[in-house]
Amino acid sequence: MKPTASPFALTRNGFGRLVLTDAEGLAHEGIVPVRAFGITAPDYGISLMSADGKELQWLETLDVLPADIRSLIVAELAQREFVPEIRRIVSVSSYATPSTWQVDTDRGTTALILKSEDDIRRLRGRDNAGALMIADSQGIHFLIRDRLALDAHSQKILKRFL
Amino acid sequence: MIEPDTLPEAWQSELRACLAPDEQLIAWLELDLDDHLDFRPGLVALTDRRLIATGENDTSWKTWRLTAGLKLAHHDHAGVGTLELEDEQGRLALWRYTLGHSPAALRFEREFVRQRDSVASGQPPLPAPAAICPICQMQLQPDEEDCPNCFRELHTPPSTWTLLRIWRFAKPYQGQLIAGFLLTLAATAATLVPPYLTMPLMDDVLIPYQNGTPIDPNKVAWLLGGLLGSALLAWALNWARTYILALVSERIGADLRTTTYEHLLKLSHEYFGGKRTGDLLARIGSETDRINVFLSLHLLDFATDVLMIVMTSAILFSINPWLALVTLTPLPIIAWMIHLVRDKLRTGFEQIDRVWAEVTSVLADTIPGVRVVKAFAQEAREAQRFREANKRNLEVNDRLNRIWSLFAPTVGLLTEIGILVVWAFGIWLVSKDQITVGVLIAFLAYISRFYTRLDSMSRIISVTQKAAAGAKRIFDILDHVSSVPEPVNPVTLPPLKGGIDIDKVSFRYGNRAVLHEIELAIAPGEMIGLVGHSGSGKSTLVNLICRFYDVTEGAIRVEGTDLRSVAIADYRRNIGLVLQEPFLFFGTIAENIAYGKPDATRAEIVASARAAHAHEFILRQPHGYDSLVGERGQSLSGGERQRISIARALLIDPRILILDEATSAVDTETEFEIQSALNNLIRGRTTIAIAHRLSTLRRADRLVVMDRGRIVEIGNHETLMASEGAYWRLYQAQTKQLDAPPALGENGSSP
Repeated sequence: MKPTASPFALTRNGFGRLVLTDAEGLAHEGIVPVRAFGITAPDYGISLMSADGKELQWLETLDVLPADIRSLIVAELAQREFVPEIRRIVSVSSYATPSTWQVDTDRGTTALILKSEDDIRRLRGRDNAGALMIADSQGIHFLIRDRLALDAHSQKILKRFL
Repeated sequence: MIEPDTLPEAWQSELRACLAPDEQLIAWLELDLDDHLDFRPGLVALTDRRLIATGENDTSWKTWRLTAGLKLAHHDHAGVGTLELEDEQGRLALWRYTLGHSPAALRFEREFVRQRDSVASGQPPLPAPAAICPICQMQLQPDEEDCPNCFRELHTPPSTWTLLRIWRFAKPYQGQLIAGFLLTLAATAATLVPPYLTMPLMDDVLIPYQNGTPIDPNKVAWLLGGLLGSALLAWALNWARTYILALVSERIGADLRTTTYEHLLKLSHEYFGGKRTGDLLARIGSETDRINVFLSLHLLDFATDVLMIVMTSAILFSINPWLALVTLTPLPIIAWMIHLVRDKLRTGFEQIDRVWAEVTSVLADTIPGVRVVKAFAQEAREAQRFREANKRNLEVNDRLNRIWSLFAPTVGLLTEIGILVVWAFGIWLVSKDQITVGVLIAFLAYISRFYTRLDSMSRIISVTQKAAAGAKRIFDILDHVSSVPEPVNPVTLPPLKGGIDIDKVSFRYGNRAVLHEIELAIAPGEMIGLVGHSGSGKSTLVNLICRFYDVTEGAIRVEGTDLRSVAIADYRRNIGLVLQEPFLFFGTIAENIAYGKPDATRAEIVASARAAHAHEFILRQPHGYDSLVGERGQSLSGGERQRISIARALLIDPRILILDEATSAVDTETEFEIQSALNNLIRGRTTIAIAHRLSTLRRADRLVVMDRGRIVEIGNHETLMASEGAYWRLYQAQTKQLDAPPALGENGSSP
């Protein structure tokens, strides 16, 4: 799709907040971009929401936006999204929960505490059969995109919890 | 018409003597109580012209001519049913029976009414409406007294033969089963070789050596090789047999489970209403597992043991019949004694189960109600209750442990005694040169094997009983036929416009008539508000429209087609249902919205969520539409859940929409949000809405006011208010509620 003229303007103000100016020329400060399908289809459907949770602009895809606005949104999304993707499970403290896992993620090495096996959820989607979402005791969600693609050691550990 | 021959024999001749030559017997009712509630048989019979009954205190017969004024009324109290006959002047007679005769009494009463009306009007009696099972609502065959399913479920004790019905599930695995059986046979035979080889080892090697003959290494090598070979063979065969049979039994269990579950899902609403969820969970979950374990473990072991005993006996008899006889005689006695002890233990274990249930029930009681316990400062009492339950648990356990601790040593002792007998008789035979030492040793080797198996064999009785009970409970589900049957030749439904024609619909739930001759034509796109006190039949009517139940009389038609003639799933695809308590499945929000249309695109999901005013709060969830909800997921508020369920209904774009108290569980502000979501949903669809708050039905084209199963008023808000009828009273009561408690008016006493 070709970038077209946007019906709204988006800028970042001096406080680092996004400001959206809508078709009527009204400015909204503190815009929050949100992915509608954060896990199953991150690129489909992004909503620009006002600070008080009202949707101001719905974007099916970012591709149609002018490059400058798009990069602003992508940058903001990157700051807000924190779903580390587990690449490798190094070790676990015990196979009974609560258990502390040492993991390598795409954001570096960390430890997570698994409160119970219930916090490991299988994502049932059309195109993510092997995907798992792991919520740690702090409420951080860790993602395993495809558990069958992990190395043998990680899979072996993971199997004991599934 | 009934021939007098079908009567209970005791009454046949007497009653026949009472009947006029052309008099026809229509129905009869056996009584088992008299006027003073003493057990005494009696009979009431209905002919085409009169009622005949045994006297209240003597055996003379009394009769009453059928007239228009005659009335038969039944009521029951504390297990005793009463049938009263009265006319305009007063009571003529009264009969009593235990409630087991209640269905028969009801049928008798129905026949009476038909016959009386026919006598009064001079017309032949109307054809009898089909009888219906009061429990499951199945239509009964004319000659059936009780619903066969419900009767069996309630009254037939589980029989071991039920287990044979599992054959239906075992049949596909016939080949493997036969292979498994042959392997069992071979494996058992292989395990019997080693004791046999002890004979030549003893007689041809060891004893000659003691007598001075040197050991022949070749022979020893052969014999030892044979021992090793048979052990290896037995190992391999046993592995193959256990593996194959476990595989098969696991598959049988899985088939049993899925078949039962699939069947369960097809059963009507009614069935689920009458069963506890936990009970159904247990049936499909643990009962199938129990059968599974029975098949793969207990039955297999038992079969092996029986085979072993039979084969061993054959071998023993072939070696020496006398010694074999002596060896085997104590066996039945020991088996019987073990069985006796086991029986005692079993009742003890059952008792422990019950006591254990008591302990857990104290916990289940108090933990959810802990706020109440604390608020009323009753911790000490609850602790005391728990302590007492635990004490009982201890007592029962102590008693059982006394027997239990005796059990294993006793089996050991009996085994030793049995072996002792063999030793004694064997030594005597050896001294008489009847047998060799080798034979005696082989006998002892064989016998010690089966004594150890006797204990496990004695278990088979109780596990079989348990498995049979489980099988019965599963087949109870499988034998149940849905009371909302799929038509044999379903009519294909044209694309619906949404018109519904309710034609003289009556519905009975058990013996209770819930709806009486409801007539209502709903135009496509019309919004109907159903109003009335609780218990007035609103929800029942909606359930009938969804075809969760079938009408007792009359018909519901869509586009001129009777609901009963269309495939259920076909029709329900046109219905959107929003319930008071929205149910969300465990899964993401997107999955929940797309529940009725799993292949919906993301754009469709977002569009329906928007229309349901759910889009924004969904985006506020951590993962938007991919956030998990349901049983263990993030908790959503009642209003939010409701809006998700509205989005779900919107996505399938139904022609007919049913809102069953959709807004009554939320506060006024949320209701306002939901209401605007509903307005999107209602647009252009036939809508039937039940609401307790009358204000939410303002938009309805017509309001239908129901009372005790009848429609009492139809009209829009303004006309109904103007006519100051039932609706007006309901409305007044609701608005007055805000200021003062409503005064008890003429409607104050209704349910």
